[in-house]
Amino acid sequence: MTVAATPAPSPATTGGESGVRLARSRRNAELSLLLLAMVLVAAYMATVEANLLDTVTPDFWMPAAALGAVFLGLHLVIRFLAPFADPALLPAVALLNGLGVGFLRRIDLGEAAPVDREDLATFAGIGGRQLAWTLASVILAAGLLAIMRDHRSVSRYAYTLGLAGIVLVMLPAVLPRSISEINGAKLWIRVGGFSLQPGEFAKLALLVFFAYYLVRKREVLSLASRRFLGIDFPRGRDLGPVVVVWLISLLVLVFEKDLGTSLLYFGMFVVTLYIATERVSWLLIGLLLFFGGAYLAYVLGSTVGGPFANFYLRAEIWLDPFADPTDKGYQLVQGLLALGTGGLFGAGPGGGQPDILPEVQNDFIFAGIGEEIGLFGLSALLVVYLLIVERGLRAALAVRDSFGKLLAGGLAFTLGLQVFVIVGGISKLIPLTGQTTPFLSAGGSSLMANWLLIAVLLRVSDGARRPVTGGSGKASRPAGGPPEQLHGAPTEVIKP
Amino acid sequence: MPALVITVARFGFLILLWIFVFTVVGVIRRDLFAGARSGRLVAAPRAVGASTGQAAKPAKVKRGRAAHQLVVTAGQLAGTRITLGEAQITIGRAEDSTLVITDDYASARHARLVPREGQWFVEDLGSTNGTYLDRAKVTGPTPVPLGVPIRIGRTSLELRP
Repeated sequence: MTVAATPAPSPATTGGESGVRLARSRRNAELSLLLLAMVLVAAYMATVEANLLDTVTPDFWMPAAALGAVFLGLHLVIRFLAPFADPALLPAVALLNGLGVGFLRRIDLGEAAPVDREDLATFAGIGGRQLAWTLASVILAAGLLAIMRDHRSVSRYAYTLGLAGIVLVMLPAVLPRSISEINGAKLWIRVGGFSLQPGEFAKLALLVFFAYYLVRKREVLSLASRRFLGIDFPRGRDLGPVVVVWLISLLVLVFEKDLGTSLLYFGMFVVTLYIATERVSWLLIGLLLFFGGAYLAYVLGSTVGGPFANFYLRAEIWLDPFADPTDKGYQLVQGLLALGTGGLFGAGPGGGQPDILPEVQNDFIFAGIGEEIGLFGLSALLVVYLLIVERGLRAALAVRDSFGKLLAGGLAFTLGLQVFVIVGGISKLIPLTGQTTPFLSAGGSSLMANWLLIAVLLRVSDGARRPVTGGSGKASRPAGGPPEQLHGAPTEVIKP
Repeated sequence: MPALVITVARFGFLILLWIFVFTVVGVIRRDLFAGARSGRLVAAPRAVGASTGQAAKPAKVKRGRAAHQLVVTAGQLAGTRITLGEAQITIGRAEDSTLVITDDYASARHARLVPREGQWFVEDLGSTNGTYLDRAKVTGPTPVPLGVPIRIGRTSLELRP
């Protein structure tokens, strides 16, 4: 028994042959998938031009090439800074972002005067602006990957980020209407010709805080409970933060007139709570609170009006959009008609009429794209979203620390919930709310925030898949000191 | 543009879109089914001597089935996999452990796994509540066979090929 005295072998990464097989980084797979995605974007652009211009201009590939170059840059950054990150995330997101840019450029082409169509500059119109935003967002994501070498280092700023998140959420509500209101929703900060949606960034900051808070409290939350009707309900005092977040999301609903964002924040918190405690009762309580709140807002809107009137109106449109198809229900009706026109295979890229759909570049981009690629294409896009979410949840399963699990799981779920809220809205499954479709919609804030989210997921998945090297673990942890964890927390006496 | 070209481009794009989806699925397939496959390997009879096969087979099994993964099968980190290299794995609540377990019954430096000539040994580092290999308490460095649970508090770990 001399094993104990034997020092651990030098931390070499070369295991056995199959050890190498298990630990390979899969960066080349990512590169080839990325190239395939860019070929798809170029093919989309060519089809659009063939349909709209009756010819394919010699520089149709320019936007695809510009996007390809940016994504290739990010791929190289990942190769060096997060070599074991998930190979499917970047190509899937790149495809969605590329098709988004392609569709926005298609709107530009449709709106341009026929003589100008053939020489529309690469960076012109909303398509060009989206291209520029993509460039900025990807650089930002690469920067985040470079700064955050270990996802655990973020937990040191959890309270700061939580405060920043709440300030960002509440800011548009307290600012005067002239600065913060666009289309009836007070979600914006407009400075000059520049508009910013702080809520998109608040999402990330709040999630870091939720994850940190729940890692510290999970034992109390999951162990102390009262059993009622066969379900374990938590104690009243542990419910406190949940009720606070519920109130904040209701305030967002009332003052910013935005059901989608409030559903997003609340869903995010409830699901991280569920992941942390594995208690179904949290999901039930969350759903009850949300539906109760939404119904209350609906009833108040029909009787009292005031700040609830907007929500009441949206619910009424949702219940029967064809009651007023030319005015109040116009947008939703046109969206439904666009999806119906698309049918199974769509009118072909460039063959639809997105110009008659209001807000087609933002909220209704999914209906606009759906008209042209049909159910067949839309379901492919939804599967791509599903794969992104799946990869995020997979990273959460595989990562070795609780904070990383909650962070990645929460982020992946939030992305999925956002897609559900907007796609459910335009297809009349739930009341329509002004959410952006991640990576597709025009809008810098949304694009940037979602790329940052992907950067965090890449970082967590790198941490999860990286083979263990250093014996003490210090060697594999280059960034700063370790964050405070449960062993530092005081013992709490649990009284049911 | 002739209508035929446009039709071909239109459907070609849709088909290419689905080809992309299936290629992505192909790339991540190994990840998706990795758990199922290693589960099957573990479910195979572990008692090498009991197998009635050829004499060459057990020897091959012994060499080829070296442990390449450490899988957490129960506890809060269930589902976590660590790819094993040649470095030791430390387990405990301390933040600098390789596997940080937030388990009430675990000590800060609870146990470690050390590789020696292709065999992994588990060793208790003087923990309060002890480390168990299957049912037996670990007192000194003990070789860990594949698929046998190491229990630390409410957490269970297994070596997998």
